[in-house]
Amino acid sequence: MSSGAAHALVDRLFREEQGRAVATLIRVLGDFDLAEEAVQDAFIAALETWPARGVPDNPGAWITTTARNRAIDRLRRRSRLTEKIEALGREATESALQSIEPEPAEDAMHIADDRLRLIFTCCHPALAMDARVALTLRTLGGLTTPEIARAFLLPEPTLAQRLVRAKRKIRAAGIPYRVPPPELLAERLDGVLHVLYLVFNEGYSATSGDSLVRRELSAEAIRLTRVVDQLLPTEPEVLGLLSLMLLHDARREARVGPDGALVLLEDQDRTRWNRDTIVEGHSLIRRALERGRPGPYQVQAAIAALHDDAASAGDTDWAQIADLYRALRAMTPSAVVELNLAAAVAMADGPAVGLAMMDGIAATCELDRYPYLHAARADLLRRLRRWSEAEAAYRQARALTTNGAERAFLERRLREVAAAARAIDSRPN
Amino acid sequence: MQYVLLIYGQEPSEAAPGDLMAAEYQEYGAFTDFLRERSAMLAGEALEPTSTATTVRVVDGKTLTTDGPFAETKEALGGFYLVEAADLDEAIRFAAMIPGARRGSIEIRPVFTVPSADGTGR
Repeated sequence: MSSGAAHALVDRLFREEQGRAVATLIRVLGDFDLAEEAVQDAFIAALETWPARGVPDNPGAWITTTARNRAIDRLRRRSRLTEKIEALGREATESALQSIEPEPAEDAMHIADDRLRLIFTCCHPALAMDARVALTLRTLGGLTTPEIARAFLLPEPTLAQRLVRAKRKIRAAGIPYRVPPPELLAERLDGVLHVLYLVFNEGYSATSGDSLVRRELSAEAIRLTRVVDQLLPTEPEVLGLLSLMLLHDARREARVGPDGALVLLEDQDRTRWNRDTIVEGHSLIRRALERGRPGPYQVQAAIAALHDDAASAGDTDWAQIADLYRALRAMTPSAVVELNLAAAVAMADGPAVGLAMMDGIAATCELDRYPYLHAARADLLRRLRRWSEAEAAYRQARALTTNGAERAFLERRLREVAAAARAIDSRPN
Repeated sequence: MQYVLLIYGQEPSEAAPGDLMAAEYQEYGAFTDFLRERSAMLAGEALEPTSTATTVRVVDGKTLTTDGPFAETKEALGGFYLVEAADLDEAIRFAAMIPGARRGSIEIRPVFTVPSADGTGR
């Protein structure tokens, strides 16, 4: 095997296997850093030996076994440095390390448990949300610290510091490394899904920054959600979230124009949507809904499925989408859901009805700082040909958005409605 | 009368040099001994820094857990429990049972394990 091919294989394997190996080593060692270092050592060893000796039959097991041996080496080196380490404690850890069963066939359940434990630990509610996201991507996903920093447009030391603090808190505060007991599972699973959805959205919504890394974020979120689904196959909300991600991801290529500008759903070239992904998303949401335990992710996936079904924006079943938003509002009432409902109603029953609802939302001032409220109002005012009001709303939206592609889109609309407003003003009576 | 003495101070961003720490531990040890001799010592612990803190509130029967120390200035410290819990999840469960969690907040701070002289844990 050439060293280039070995590199590619190790890269792919790193993405898929490192979370597994790290999870198992953390269980035994109780130490994130030592586990990560040992697994990194194992991948470096793979790069050194595989090109010459060939790839082992079970590369994943090879990595875990090698990482285990490297962890033992590191522990021994450490204990030589700090002479007074209790030999007994070290021996206990070593024998636990030795007992790591390298054959995944026999140990599949254990490894699965380890990864599930790690997901719940990384997404524990006592960690700050940004720490949960960074830790999940770093420890479970194969993303490196520089990659995560690039994706979130953060300086690398900031992100590294965030990871150090999070690991320190896990250790010092006694955050347990386990799958939560039944009475906590539902609530904690919500937390895990929230983190995964956040990662997906970070990779999907924002078009600024390094687009390749952002694509990677969404792919990683989808991959990890699949893992959670394999590990907790009876939870319909996991399927719902996976379906929701796929049904959105299917439109990725059509969302950005050749100039990098954002293309709205109604203007997208639907032939560029990924049909295979849509088909998978559909079958997943059907499977989830059959279980008769609907939840917010399932409802949102159903909405995305209706969009993906329609041949054009005009052909969309807006009345049913509005009904689904009403169902979502009953489950998770919020001003943002209200706004989405108003937008669907505007499509089903006309812009005037939708605008009245949006004006009601605007009156509460709750979404004053939310650019999408102003952009959505502006759009309905534009449809109603109330140009100068539309212009004012677009200005508000533009001032609030932080996304370059969205700003470019709003600029374009702003110029259109401003021109229309001036044309009316200058028209002779 | 019983009193609780709450120790406030600047949190060091980096761990202080070993000998400085050792000197301070010694001073604390001496003060603890002073209290013990007079049978005035009821309980006392050093705490892990605020970066390890977790805040718990109970709103409509739901336990809300957030990272970080309690920061509201209008509410004042009204009491404390020193508890033994298996892990943070159990500590959160206890915290949520405190009546004050429904009106205010409970800050959970792990007790700091003072390193013993030979470099191992307590």
